[in-house]
Amino acid sequence: MNLSVWTEVAPHAPVLLRGLLINIQLLLGLISLGLVVGVVTALIEVYAPRPVGIAAGAYTWFFRGVPEIVLLFLFYFGLSQFGVPVSAFFAAVLALGLRSSAYQAQIFRGAFQSIPHGQMMAARALGLGRLRAIVHVVLPQALRLSLAGWSNEFSSVLKDTTLAWGIGVVEIMRQASYIRARNFTLTLPIYVTVALMFLVLTYVGNLAIGLAERKLRVPGLEGQR
Amino acid sequence: MALLRVENLHKRYGHEEVLKGVTLAQDAGETKVVIGPSGTGKSTLLRCINRLTEPDQGRVWLEDTEITSRRTDINRVRAKIGFVFQDFNLFTHLTALDNVRLGLMKVRRMPRAAATGRAMAELERVGLAAKANAYPAQLSGGQQQRVSIARALAMDPKLILFDEPTSALDPELIGEVLSVMIQLARDGMTMIVVTHEMGFARSVADEIVFMEGGVIVEQGTPDKMFRSPEVPRTGEFLRKISDLYGESR
Ligand SMILES: Nc1ncnc2c1ncn2[C@@H]1O[C@H](COP(=O)(O)OP(=O)(O)OP(=O)(O)O)[C@@H](O)[C@H]1O
Ligand SMILES: [Mg+2]
Repeated sequence: MNLSVWTEVAPHAPVLLRGLLINIQLLLGLISLGLVVGVVTALIEVYAPRPVGIAAGAYTWFFRGVPEIVLLFLFYFGLSQFGVPVSAFFAAVLALGLRSSAYQAQIFRGAFQSIPHGQMMAARALGLGRLRAIVHVVLPQALRLSLAGWSNEFSSVLKDTTLAWGIGVVEIMRQASYIRARNFTLTLPIYVTVALMFLVLTYVGNLAIGLAERKLRVPGLEGQR
Repeated sequence: MALLRVENLHKRYGHEEVLKGVTLAQDAGETKVVIGPSGTGKSTLLRCINRLTEPDQGRVWLEDTEITSRRTDINRVRAKIGFVFQDFNLFTHLTALDNVRLGLMKVRRMPRAAATGRAMAELERVGLAAKANAYPAQLSGGQQQRVSIARALAMDPKLILFDEPTSALDPELIGEVLSVMIQLARDGMTMIVVTHEMGFARSVADEIVFMEGGVIVEQGTPDKMFRSPEVPRTGEFLRKISDLYGESR
């Protein structure tokens, strides 16, 4: 690849960035959905009565076991089949978000279980109800502990947003394929550009999470990076 | 009428009956020290009083509230009974001040400023006002236990239960915790203290309760228990722990 190739790629950058913006939107949507559902699932797995806990276990088993692309197709075509018309974007957020929730639940579950039971007892002894003790004592500590694992999940789902291409979301991979269709000589440089964009995004994201981790660190407490 | 009444408390774990009918009464302002060999049910007894552990049978009253009644709002009762644990159980993500303030703000719904004032006063009382902004991991064991005592005191408890409050501490840190507790007893706080610190028992206990095998073997004033126990086993046990733990403190 000589220099002239890159001058040819440059004009396409805005379109690629527009595509990337969709990936970022997918990411924000799916990771928030995954966070909320993941925390709730973990809470259920750790604290709820057994039958409910087993149901939550089955839920994570399903979403961890089915390939992402299959989930995307199931949600996109499945929901419209059942008379729920969904946009490809929404189906992607839902499928990838619920899948992420299953992984995030694993992370949070471990964190919940690692908070010493004595602190829960102390909170209950003060007169806090079970849920309020969880909210005020266990949750803030567990979320902190989860940040390291969560940063892995973040990098992983960031990249997974490109799979939305498979159900027709016009994100960066789809934009790249449009450009390539018009000019095959750009195939490699375009994908190199896409790769670079993701590398930068992953770097920035992890930097932000690292900062949050440092900011939330509890002074004197060991076992936290 | 007694402040606390415990009647015929039973608790079973699997095949093992840990409490086999414990009955006791405690007046306001009284300090009881509970002693007994390991595995005798002392911790279980304390936890059954505020139902951190559900007893299988028997009743507990705090004044005219039956704690063990299904209709009692257990969280309201617990707010009136302080509990100090062997390993402190401070909330590790909160400063000393926030540890003491949490119950005031979240259980007693006190406004932040008032809660801060009250919490600082309690930290002052245990000699830790200067450490208000320290996190538990930055405090020594003795300091952590004093914070946990301040956390209990802040709730204005009618009664505080101490479960071996100095057993997890290095010997040189035991004194600072005991002296806080001695002061509390002298100030008229009602306390049940599971401990083997016989110096503490001798100087402030109104009554020593000797438990073994899930029952109260004998109870009485320190004088009676040390000098003329009715049950031989009591004297034997008291001599043993006095040898082990000394009476210097
Ligand atoms: N949650 C539990 N599940 C099963 N068994 C328990 C539980 N808690 C206590 N036990 C058992 O009940 C018995 C009494 O325990 P408890 O902790 O009340 O004794 P203790 O007198 O406080 O002893 P120690 O001096 O060692 O603290 C022990 O045999 C213990 O193994
Ligand atoms: Mg015990």
